[in-house]
Amino acid sequence: MTQSVDELVGANAEYEAGFVTQIESETLPPGLDPEVVKFISAKKNEPEWLTQWRLDAYEIWRQMDAPEWAHVHFPPVEFDAISYYSAPKSQADGPQSLDEVDPELLRTYEKLGIPLHEQEALAGVVKSSPNVAVDAVFDSVSIATTFRDKLAEAGVVFCPISEAVHSHGDLVQKYLGSVVPQRDNFYAALNSAVFSDGSFVYIPKGVRCPMELSTYFRINERNTGQFERTLIIADEGSHVSYLEGCTAPMRDENQLHAAVVELVALGDAEIKYSTVQNWYPGDENGKGGIYNFVTKRGLCGGPRAKISWTQVETGSAITWKYPSVILRGDHSVGEFYSVALTNNLQQADTGTKMIHLGKNTSSTIISKGISTGRSQNTYRGLVRFSPTASAARNFTQCDSLLIGDTCGAHTFPYIENKQPNSVVEHEATTSKVSDDQLFACQQRGIDPEKAVSMIVNGFCKEVFRELPMEFAVEAGKLLEVSLEGAVG
Amino acid sequence: MSVLEVNNLHARVEDQPILNGLSLTVNPGEVHAIMGPNGSGKSTFANVLAGRPGYEVTDGTMLFRDAPVADMEAHERATAGLFLAFQYPVEIPGVSNMEFLKAAMDSHAHANGQEQPNAAAFIKRVRELASSLDLNPEFLKRGVNEGFSGGEKKRNEILQMLLLEPTLALLDETDSGLDIDALQVVAQGVNQFRSANNAVVLVTHYQRLLDYIEPDFVHVLANGKIVQSGDKSLALELEAKGYAWLT
Repeated sequence: MTQSVDELVGANAEYEAGFVTQIESETLPPGLDPEVVKFISAKKNEPEWLTQWRLDAYEIWRQMDAPEWAHVHFPPVEFDAISYYSAPKSQADGPQSLDEVDPELLRTYEKLGIPLHEQEALAGVVKSSPNVAVDAVFDSVSIATTFRDKLAEAGVVFCPISEAVHSHGDLVQKYLGSVVPQRDNFYAALNSAVFSDGSFVYIPKGVRCPMELSTYFRINERNTGQFERTLIIADEGSHVSYLEGCTAPMRDENQLHAAVVELVALGDAEIKYSTVQNWYPGDENGKGGIYNFVTKRGLCGGPRAKISWTQVETGSAITWKYPSVILRGDHSVGEFYSVALTNNLQQADTGTKMIHLGKNTSSTIISKGISTGRSQNTYRGLVRFSPTASAARNFTQCDSLLIGDTCGAHTFPYIENKQPNSVVEHEATTSKVSDDQLFACQQRGIDPEKAVSMIVNGFCKEVFRELPMEFAVEAGKLLEVSLEGAVG
Repeated sequence: MSVLEVNNLHARVEDQPILNGLSLTVNPGEVHAIMGPNGSGKSTFANVLAGRPGYEVTDGTMLFRDAPVADMEAHERATAGLFLAFQYPVEIPGVSNMEFLKAAMDSHAHANGQEQPNAAAFIKRVRELASSLDLNPEFLKRGVNEGFSGGEKKRNEILQMLLLEPTLALLDETDSGLDIDALQVVAQGVNQFRSANNAVVLVTHYQRLLDYIEPDFVHVLANGKIVQSGDKSLALELEAKGYAWLT
């Protein structure tokens, strides 16, 4: 007979990226102290200033407490049980040419749909898009970056941050921590002390990056945390579109992912940053899964700069992340488009901060939260107009969709306005996929799984429109897979 | 082969018995009207046939083109050619009418081993139907029934019926809430649909609709079973005398 929404909820979705790569790794014993910080820094032959920067961050972190204000619940993380560095042994000497990369690693990325050979290079979770450069980060190190020569012709720098420390040390020193300082928050401080790798991008003045850039993050080793650090600098009048994808094996224990992403857009520059986050979400009983505690922030540093965050979040046991924009340049623009889907026992507390400092700055927030199973999905956002932000504007739209009646949706919008000559608009809706809607679809021949996916895709349309084309298709498919639990 | 053969049907909704031994045979080319007082089980009958969740068959048989429908999922009944025009069509925000109609057409084609309709021909057909039902073609871009008036929602149901060309169309109080102009448009749609190969079951409370759609048979339902059957004149008699003399 026919299934009701409630009956459809509960089965386990299939997590296709949940396999483990058997590869010999060099992994530090669990625990964190100054020696570990020095070890990581030495491993990468870092200059003295950076070692000290890390040690400062470690001291700051030690004096901070983990934040507890988010609407998520989990036992305290045992930071001494985590290993802070793991790298495939074959990569011990750092990234080499692609021919020298361990074939087992190449197979891992192929299995994930990300072959690293340039002639068939695909990006992130994107399939069939040849014109994307990829940086692949495996546990703590970057193992390959494609299309670097072609990018170099345009003057674009795209490499692991561990390499940029040497090749573009002045830029790294100038901008590292300039948007997310060491003491910004507990997890940012931790990341600053132990960050292992990540991507570095520099787009010179007036250059439009000739292809999409993409980083693919993969956690493999057991009991390790991943602490990547991404720094993107778009010099005056330049333009770049950057994609990020993430997966991890299915493991019973929780794993910590505490990344920091810093974006700097100078005058008239534009950065478009898209994320498809599909970390392992844990099983249907909430066992295992990634704790995704990430700090992402962009600075519109000059006039008419623009930063746009688009995220599709389907993975992780717990998500705690607020990609934000500081609108310092006059007439600068910040955007945040988000789809967050939670199923089973997943918890998400995500949103954005738009900090208006410059005149005539404007920001747009479109957030779509979908909850099903027994999950909890929270939007948390801050819009702040400082006294200097005359004629600033914000538009916020916050929609929640519930599937079944055992999940929750929550909205915490904060507005701080110290500028009378500004405009804030806020719209919010909550709706539910009803048995009547499902039956109406079924009566027209559409099976319930397809019906839920159609309704959810319709709900997310405004955000998917913002994703690069191939990414939008993949995001739609990813939602379908993540909804499998919800649709039997 | 009959289109529908229902024998001694018993059904309940949330433990409340509603149908108590209903029997009905519908042959190709026929239009049946099912009338009766509020709470007699008219809408329940239509929804049990379509397989709405929560409507449980406790006894009896329902054969649709000789197949026992109780064993089929609601969407399988639909693609087999059983159509229910809803009394209260729901809104599905975010899913455009065009997208919804295409998904419905594709599901039917897929289930019946046919090729998906060509997109251009499909759009042309939908536009023609919309115009014949006095629906502004702009409605196709809007969410399913989103912001539609009661009359527009009912006309949208008729449009779906004409598009999907079912073997059996169940119209659940399609006339309720319609003004006289909309009623005529809907009736015209149903008359256009009638053919020797399909059948229509009209569930209605009022005789009014039958002025425009002439039924071959009229049945009166009371306490979950048919208590009287006749031709069109029965409907006129009910209009004059009410239901009390039958129950």
